Amino acid sequence: MSREQQAVARARKAFETGRSKSVEYRINQLKNLQRLFSERQKEIAAAIKKDLNKTEVGAQFYETLGLEGEISLFIKNLKEWAAPRHVKKNLLTMSDTVYIHPEPLGVVLVIGAWNYPWAVTIRPLIGAIAAGNAAVVKPSEVCVHTSKVMEDLLPIYIDKELYPVVTGGVPETQELLRQKFDHIFYTGNSTVGKVIMEAAAKHLTPVTLELGGKSPCYIDKNCDISIACRRITWGKYSNCGQTCIAPDYILCEPSIQNRVIEEVKKCIKEFYTDNPKTCPDYGRIINQRHFKRVMAMLEDSNIAVGGENDESDCYIAPTVLRDVKPEAKVMQEEIFGPLLPILPVSSLDEAIKLINKGEKPLALYVFSPDNKVIERMRDETSSGGFLANDCLVHYSVSALPFGGVGNSGIGCYHGKFSFDRLSHLRGCLVKKLKMEGVNDMRYPPHTLKKLGWARFFILNTVDVGWVGRMALLAALVMVAAVVIQKYLL
Amino acid sequence: MESQSQVLERLRTAFESRVTIPEKFRRTQLTNLMSMIKDNEEQIVNALHKDLTKPKFEAILSEVEIVMNELHCALSNLTSWMQPEYVSKNLATKLDECFVRREPLGVVLIIGPWNYPMQLLIVPLIGAIAAGNCVVIKPSEVSAATDNLITELIPKYLSKDCYAVVRGGAKETQALLKNRFDHIFYTGSQAVARVVLQAAAVHLTPVTLELGGKCPCLIYGRVNATAAAHRLVWSKFFNAGQSCVAPDYVLCSKATCDALVPALRQVLEDFYGSDIQKSPDMSRIVTPKHWTRLMGLLNRTKGKVIVGGEHDEKDRYIAPTVVVDVAEDDALMEEEIFGPILPILTIESLEESIKLTKTKEKPLAFYVFSDESSVVKKVLENSSSGGFCSNDGIVHMALPGLPFGGVGNSGFGHYHGHWGFEAFSHQRAVMLRGWALEKLNALRYPPYSDEKLSWLRWTTSPKSCSIM
Repeated sequence: MSREQQAVARARKAFETGRSKSVEYRINQLKNLQRLFSERQKEIAAAIKKDLNKTEVGAQFYETLGLEGEISLFIKNLKEWAAPRHVKKNLLTMSDTVYIHPEPLGVVLVIGAWNYPWAVTIRPLIGAIAAGNAAVVKPSEVCVHTSKVMEDLLPIYIDKELYPVVTGGVPETQELLRQKFDHIFYTGNSTVGKVIMEAAAKHLTPVTLELGGKSPCYIDKNCDISIACRRITWGKYSNCGQTCIAPDYILCEPSIQNRVIEEVKKCIKEFYTDNPKTCPDYGRIINQRHFKRVMAMLEDSNIAVGGENDESDCYIAPTVLRDVKPEAKVMQEEIFGPLLPILPVSSLDEAIKLINKGEKPLALYVFSPDNKVIERMRDETSSGGFLANDCLVHYSVSALPFGGVGNSGIGCYHGKFSFDRLSHLRGCLVKKLKMEGVNDMRYPPHTLKKLGWARFFILNTVDVGWVGRMALLAALVMVAAVVIQKYLL
Repeated sequence: MESQSQVLERLRTAFESRVTIPEKFRRTQLTNLMSMIKDNEEQIVNALHKDLTKPKFEAILSEVEIVMNELHCALSNLTSWMQPEYVSKNLATKLDECFVRREPLGVVLIIGPWNYPMQLLIVPLIGAIAAGNCVVIKPSEVSAATDNLITELIPKYLSKDCYAVVRGGAKETQALLKNRFDHIFYTGSQAVARVVLQAAAVHLTPVTLELGGKCPCLIYGRVNATAAAHRLVWSKFFNAGQSCVAPDYVLCSKATCDALVPALRQVLEDFYGSDIQKSPDMSRIVTPKHWTRLMGLLNRTKGKVIVGGEHDEKDRYIAPTVVVDVAEDDALMEEEIFGPILPILTIESLEESIKLTKTKEKPLAFYVFSDESSVVKKVLENSSSGGFCSNDGIVHMALPGLPFGGVGNSGFGHYHGHWGFEAFSHQRAVMLRGWALEKLNALRYPPYSDEKLSWLRWTTSPKSCSIM
C-alpha cells in the first residue's frame, strides 16, 4: 500500500469508529486548532516569510486573522448548525416528525493552494471538521516551507488519524486522487480543476472547486478616483497580486486613464515606499516559474508605472500598464501577479460587452457613485461574487457565500456554507405505525373517491397559520351549532 | 430538423437576451406548464399506461399531482425565492449592504429516466425555469409514449426560444453531453452518471446526480405486523417496484419474518385480489430487456420463493414476489433490484443488520419499521442514506420542504421545492460599499503595524457586532 493509500485508509477507519460524530469532539478539535494559531504564530510567520516574503503582521492579517475568526464563529454556532432542522409538513404528516438531519459525508480531501496557504487550506478543513468528517489535508508543495510547518504542527494539535497531512507534488496528488473520497475540496486553477473533476467522476465523488479567473474592475469616470485607486492599489498589490480575487484589470474611459495612473502611482509610493524592493510589506512572486510567466505578459504592453524586476529575488515591482488591448498577452490568462493593465473603453456598454466575452470570474468590481451603473453592471454580468466600491473585502464577511460560477468554480464556502457544503443534509420523516385508517386512501384497490381524498390530504402542505384558521373555523362551526340548537330550534 | 448545436445556440442567444430574468416571464412559463399538465391529464395517464401499464391512480398521484404540487409551491414562493437575502455583518462592514442574490446559471440540461418519466423530468424543470434558466430537456427514450407526448406538448406551452426537447438514445445523449452547459441534472444509473460526470469535467460544469441504490428496510423490536405490511407492500410494489426509493430488501429476525409473511400475503390479496395479473392496479415491467434481467435474478436466487413468482413474458408481468432465506451473497443482493421482488434476510440482531447495510453503498433511502422509537433512533444514527423514513415508504418524497437527493453512490445535490430553485441558481455574494469612512480603511493599508492589526481584529470579528 502506498503512503497515500495508508493515510486515507487510516482516516476512513478512524471515521468509522464514530468519534468525530459528537459535536463536543468536533468543537474540541476546533479549539485545538485555535491553540495552534495562538501558540505557533512565530513558526507560521517565519515560513510564510520564506515562501512569500510576508511580514509577521501581514501574515496574521491576511492568513490567520480570518481563520481565528472563522474558528470562533464555528465554535459559537456548531451546536445549532448540526442540530436537526425542522421543515413544513403536509396535512397527512401533521403528527409526524419531519426534519433535515445534517450528517458527515465521510472522508474529505482538502487540496490547498500556495498563495494564502493557511487561509485556503485550513478554512475548508475547519468546515470538514465541523461537519464531522475525517479529512486528508494536502498542502500545496509550491509553498515549501509552509507545507513543512503544516505537516509538523497539525498532527500535534488535531487528531492525526482523522486529519492526516499528506505532502507531495503531482505524483503524490495523483495517487491520492485514485482513492475514494466522499468529497474533494480543491483550491487552485481551472486546468487542474478539470483533472480533479475527472478523477472524482470515477467514484461519483462530489467536488468543490475554488478556482479563479480575470476579475474585472470598472471605474466610472464620475467616481472619487482618488479613493477608488487607493482601494484598488491595496487589492491589487497585496501578496504581490497573487490573490484569486485580486482586481485583474481595469476598465475605464480614456479621459480618466492618466488620472488613474497618477493616483495608483501615488498609492504605491504611500504603501510600499519609493523602493518597494526594500519595503518589508511588499511581497515576492512565489517562484521563478511564476516569475517568468508573469514577466512574459509584459511583452506587448506599455508600462506606465513600475516594470522593475529581479529574477534572483523573484521581485516584480508594482506595475501599471496603459492603453492595453483585449488581444494583449496580459489579457489572455489570469495575471496572478503585480501587473495592473488598464483597458480604455468608451462606455459602460462596451465594458459589459468585454467582460461577458470572457469566462465568468471569481469576483467583479465596480467603482461608481451611481447606483444605476452599479445595478447595470451587476445585472448584466455574472461572477462568483460582486463588490461595489472596494476590493477583496467581501471575502471577510462569513455570512456571504464565497465561491465561483462557470470557470471560476463549483460550490461555495465560509461559515455555515462550509458546514452545509461538507455535510449531507439528510431528509428525515419519522412516522408511527398508528393512524393506519388514514393511509387507506392510498392503497389499492383504487377508486376515484380515494383519489380525491389523496389529492387533498397527501399533497397539500400546511403551515401553522392554516391549521390555526381551520381550528378557528371548526370552533366557529361548533359555536354556530350550539347557538342554532339553543336559540333557533 | 434542428441539429443539437443549433438548438443550443438558439437557447444561449435567448438566455443572453435576458428574457428569462424577469419574474413575470418565469411565472408565465410556470403557469403555462401548469396548464399543460391540467389540459392533458388524460393523455399523460394514457401514455404512462402504454409505457408501464401504470394504473391511473398511480399516474395521477405520482406523476400529475406531485408535479402540480411543485408548481403551486414554485408559483406561491417565486417572489420570495427571488428576493435578495440580507446577511449579518461585522463592524467594519456595518454600513455596507451585504446580500446574496440568486442568479440563473444559463443553459441547463435535464436528463430524465423512464420510471416516473413525467415527475422526474418536470419537477427539475420547474426548478430550472423558476431560477431563470433556459433548459434543454432530454426525456428517456425507454418510456417511448411519454417521450412522444413531452416532445409534442412542451413547444406548445413553453417558450420555444428558451426551452427545447432533444430526443434520442445513448448515441444522441453522448453527443449532447459534448456541448457546454451551465448545469447538468441527471436522474438514472451510476454507470451513466460516471459518463455524465466525465463529460461535465471537460467544461467544469456543475452536476446534480439523482441515482439509486439498494434501499434497506429494517424491521425490529415491537412491530404491528399488519400496519407494517400495508405500508411495505404499497411502497415496494408501487410501479411494480420500479422506484429509486422502493424498499429493496428487508432485514428482520426469524420471528418477525414468520409474522410478516402471512401479513404480506393477506395485504397483497386485499390490494390486488387473488389473480394479481388481472388487477388494474398493478404495473408492468418497462421493457422485455428489464423483464429478462429481473427473471434472471429470480432464477439465480438461492432463496425460497414463498409468495408470488408467477410471470408472463408477453405481458412483461412479474407477480409481487417475496423470497425468504436469502443470504448476503445471493443474486438478489448484488445490485438494485428495481422490480417487484422482495428478498427477506433473517438476521437476529439489529446490530448485525446495521453492520450488513454498512457493507453496501449508501442508498437513496433508508427505512425502518418499529413501534420502538429507540430502534428508529439507533438505525437513523448508524446509517447514511439520501433520505430516511420510519414506518412508511416513499412518502418522504412528497414533502417539498425536505431536500430530495442522494449521498455517496446514490448521488449528490438535491431538489424539490425551494431546493430545486437553489440547485439551478448561482448564489452570488453582493457587497455594496460606500465612499465614506476611508479613514477606517486606512487600518488595512501598508505600512502594516501591530497596532493597526489589533484594531482590525476588533472591527472584523463577529463579536464586535453584538456591541452595536
